[in-house]
Parts: sequence; structure tokens; C-alpha cells
Amino acid sequence: MKTLLNRAGLGAASILAATPVMAESHVAPDVSQHTVFILNSLLFLIGGFLVMWMAAGFCMLEAGLVRSKNVSMQLTKNVALFSLAAIGYWLIGFNLMYPGDGWAIAGYLGAFSPTTLEPVGVAADAVGDITYASVGSDFFFQLMFCAATASIVSGVLAERIKLWPFLIFTIILVAIIYPIQASWKWGGGFLDELGFLDFAGSTVVHSVGGWAALAGAIVLGPRIGKYKDGRINPMPGSNLPLATLGTFILWLGWFGFNGGSQLAMGSIGDVADVSRIFANTNAAAAGGAIAALILTQIMFGKVDLTMVLNGALAGLVSITAEPLTPSLGMATIIGAVGGLIVVFSVPMLDKFKIDDVVGAIPVHLIAGIWGTLAVVLTNGDASIATQIISIVIVGVFTFVVSLVVWLILKAAMGIRVTEEQELEGLDKSELGMEAYPEFGKGSQFT
Amino acid sequence: MKLITAVIKPFKLEEVREALTGVGVQGLMVSEVKGYGRQSGHTEIYRGAEYVVNFVPKIRLEIAAPDGDVDKIVETISSTARTGKIGDGKIFVWDIEQAMRVRTGEQGEDAL
Repeated sequence: MKTLLNRAGLGAASILAATPVMAESHVAPDVSQHTVFILNSLLFLIGGFLVMWMAAGFCMLEAGLVRSKNVSMQLTKNVALFSLAAIGYWLIGFNLMYPGDGWAIAGYLGAFSPTTLEPVGVAADAVGDITYASVGSDFFFQLMFCAATASIVSGVLAERIKLWPFLIFTIILVAIIYPIQASWKWGGGFLDELGFLDFAGSTVVHSVGGWAALAGAIVLGPRIGKYKDGRINPMPGSNLPLATLGTFILWLGWFGFNGGSQLAMGSIGDVADVSRIFANTNAAAAGGAIAALILTQIMFGKVDLTMVLNGALAGLVSITAEPLTPSLGMATIIGAVGGLIVVFSVPMLDKFKIDDVVGAIPVHLIAGIWGTLAVVLTNGDASIATQIISIVIVGVFTFVVSLVVWLILKAAMGIRVTEEQELEGLDKSELGMEAYPEFGKGSQFT
Repeated sequence: MKLITAVIKPFKLEEVREALTGVGVQGLMVSEVKGYGRQSGHTEIYRGAEYVVNFVPKIRLEIAAPDGDVDKIVETISSTARTGKIGDGKIFVWDIEQAMRVRTGEQGEDAL
């Protein structure tokens, strides 16, 4: 999301008072300002509903990678967290992330107010920022990123966390933690002034989800029986077709995620850039999948489909910090490194007894760090020192705040189901509703 | 009357059924089972970690037959289901005390 200066005029209560600075050459002489506004808004709307669909992708991926006794619970968490994100981001998140000139503490803490849209049938001279896009399209697009961050957490903590503490954490994540750190970069805060580059959020979205999940996984502990007598005891997922479908849905949604983050489509240059981003995003996913395919064959003697799926997603995360400047070949390589990272870091997490059910920490956190560093490979404006400093600042902030929230939740209400409930499965114990009630005898006798 | 219980590799089921039909077997019962014998499971890899699958999927056939047909049936199953590799399965032969066809009330070998 590179055109921050435009962005800074939006979202705050004082939208009209802001003086947006034209960044780059978005208005070509032969395209009217109105057309640019319309095309930019259209990009946000299309990008936004593509990213919304990633919620379905996460949901299916997680449903497929948990055991069948926990599937309904995973589905419930996903639909609930998405809906909570919509409310939390409206009430606090959006203006906290994009305060314009309404910062509570300049560059560090944004504005606390609900989001208001432009009025019905708004005239051209009354829109928030005529050089940019409608507030509604911007809010809608940004909300979906926030929801994606929360989706990352749910998979890691699957099969043992209680529903309500998880949802309370989600509210804090989407309304407070995510918007605050995102304001530092995308809201024009201090990391942006430092020169940190993160185009569509390898750090701002994916690592943040990963850090929050890591803190949760540490506080929550591994599933019963996962690490026993010094051995790792795999618990294979219930439905690999669903996991594969979920991966493809995420892959599709990523075109909106990265492509929409161009934030402009009103000139030949911008639309060509969006096109570059689509092609590079796809190349990186392919690179990640192929790298995992080959490496699992070499390391384990057989291809591991779940790792190939993770590899594709890691490729996508890796290219997210800079999907524009790489060539197709470079995008493939950046994605491929992401795929390799997954295959190496899944067993590494197991060594530390961090039980990540779906592989979200390798995919989103570790590949997210790699992607943020990889910006310097193709973008001359990036500085490796600034990238590292920003990764650390965002990481420490997110991890520490998340850890504190998880510990408070643990002390206040407990975050883990009882041993008996966990063994019985969360579908029965937490919901009383099984995902596949007709498997086995039931389908023949009732 | 004997009950022949055979445990075989799942992919052999169709071949065995055809062979049994060929020697005049008119009915059999099939169930999916899991278990282990001397093969005692095998290892698989999931996400980089090896684990032992203790219970191997098998198919259990049950055939009730007159005494005179038993050898032929056992021979047919064993020759068809055999791959020569570990895990080909087992065949057990049991005595049947009584049999009845529910529809007609016929008993003994008439019910088979």
C-alpha cells in the first residue's frame, strides 16, 4: 500500500480539512479526475471482495487440517471471527489505523472513533478525497485485511481452545492490536517515516497474525498426545480435499490482496502495475508449491500434500511485501524460498513443542519475515536495516501485547477445554454439533 | 456347515469375489476392518514426522458353506488373495451349529 499520503486524508473525522498530496502520477492528462476516482474505488471493491473470500479459504483449509471431531468448532470460529472483525474494525479499528491528521499521539497512536461513510449519493465536491477513492470502498477493502489477520490465529490454536476466550482475543486483535501497528506503516506513522516498505502486508498482516498466534500457542500448550515420550505424534487432518480447496481459494483471494494494494487504477501505469502484481503473485505461489513438492520428496521420501499447500501459501506471503518490482523469475524464486522455509520450519516448531495445527506460523510469520526482507532484492528504495528494525518493532509489540492478553484471559476464564472435552472433540463438548453426524452407522439406520 | 472367515488386502476384494462366483459361491458378507498380525502396522509420514499406523485396513469376508465346498472355497480365496508379500491375510474356518433362511424358515444346509 504505497500511496500513503493519499490515504492519510481518509478515515478521520476531519476528512475534508485534510490536504491530500498527490503521490506519483495517478492522473494521466487524458483521464478525468472523476474517472480516476471511480476506477480506484472499483479496484478497492473488487480487491475487497476477493480478500473477503480468503475468509472462506482459511475456513476450508482449517476444516480440512483438523480432525473430524473438531471441524464444526473450526467453522464456527471462522465465521464468528470474520463477523467480529467487521464490527471491531468499524467501531475502532479503521480510524485507529488511518487517523489522517487526527492522531492521538502523532505517528504512534491513531484516532478513537467509529467509521462514518460518505453520505448517500455524495457529490464530487463532497467526497473525502477526490484524488483517491470513496471512503466506503477504502473501508471495505481495509476491513478484509484486518479479518485475514484474525483468520491466521484460529488455525494455530485449533482443537483445544475454548470458543469464547478465542473470540475475545479476536476482538482485541482486530480493534486494537492490528490497527495500531498497521497505522505505524500504512496510516503514515513512524515506521512509514522511517522508510519501511511493506506493500500489501507480509509484516503488517501476515507476521502480525503469526505473532499473535505464536503467543497463543505458547500460553495454550500443545494438544494432548501431540508430544509424547520425546516423540512427535502426528494427527492427520480429516479432509485434504477441503484443505486443497481452501488453498486455491486463498490463492485466488490473494490477487485482490496484493493487486488491490496498488491502491490506484486510474492510469495506464497503475493498471499495468496491478497486472504485474497479479502475475507475480501467481508466480510466487507456484514457486512455493513446487519448492515444497520437491523438498518433501527429498527429505521424507514422499511428497506431503499438506506441506505443498502450505508451500503455495508461503510463496504468496513471501511476495506480499513487494509484489510489484520483481520480475516473474524473481517472484518465483522469492516464493520458492518461502516454500522451502515451510518445509524446514514445520519440524522445527515441533522440536520446540509449539503445536501449530495448520502450519500458520511457518506460512505467515516466518515466510512473512522472509518476504519483508526480500523487498531489498528488487526495490532500490528499501533498506535492509529499516526492514529488520520494523520487523522487530512490529514483532515485539504484537507478541508482547498478545502474550499479555492471552495470559489475562487464561487467568480470568481459562482458555483451554478440559482434557475430557478435548479428547471427546470440541464439536461435541463445546457445540454439541458434529460436522459429519452421518458418517458410519448413522447414515444407514436413520 | 462351516463359516469361512477370510481377512484379505482391500484391493484384492473384487478379484476374490469374481473367483468365488466362478466356483459357485452364491453369497458372501463383507466388512471393512482394521487390525494387525505379524505385519504389525507400518510407518507413515505426516508433515515431516514419522508415525506408526498400528491398525492396517483389511477386508473381512464371511461365507457360510456346506462341508463339501469348504476346501474349494479356501483354496480359491488363498490363491486369489495371495501376493506373496507380508500382510496377505488369514483364513479361519468355523463350525456352524444352525442356519435359517428368514423368509422361508428353511434350516440347515437348505438355508445356505
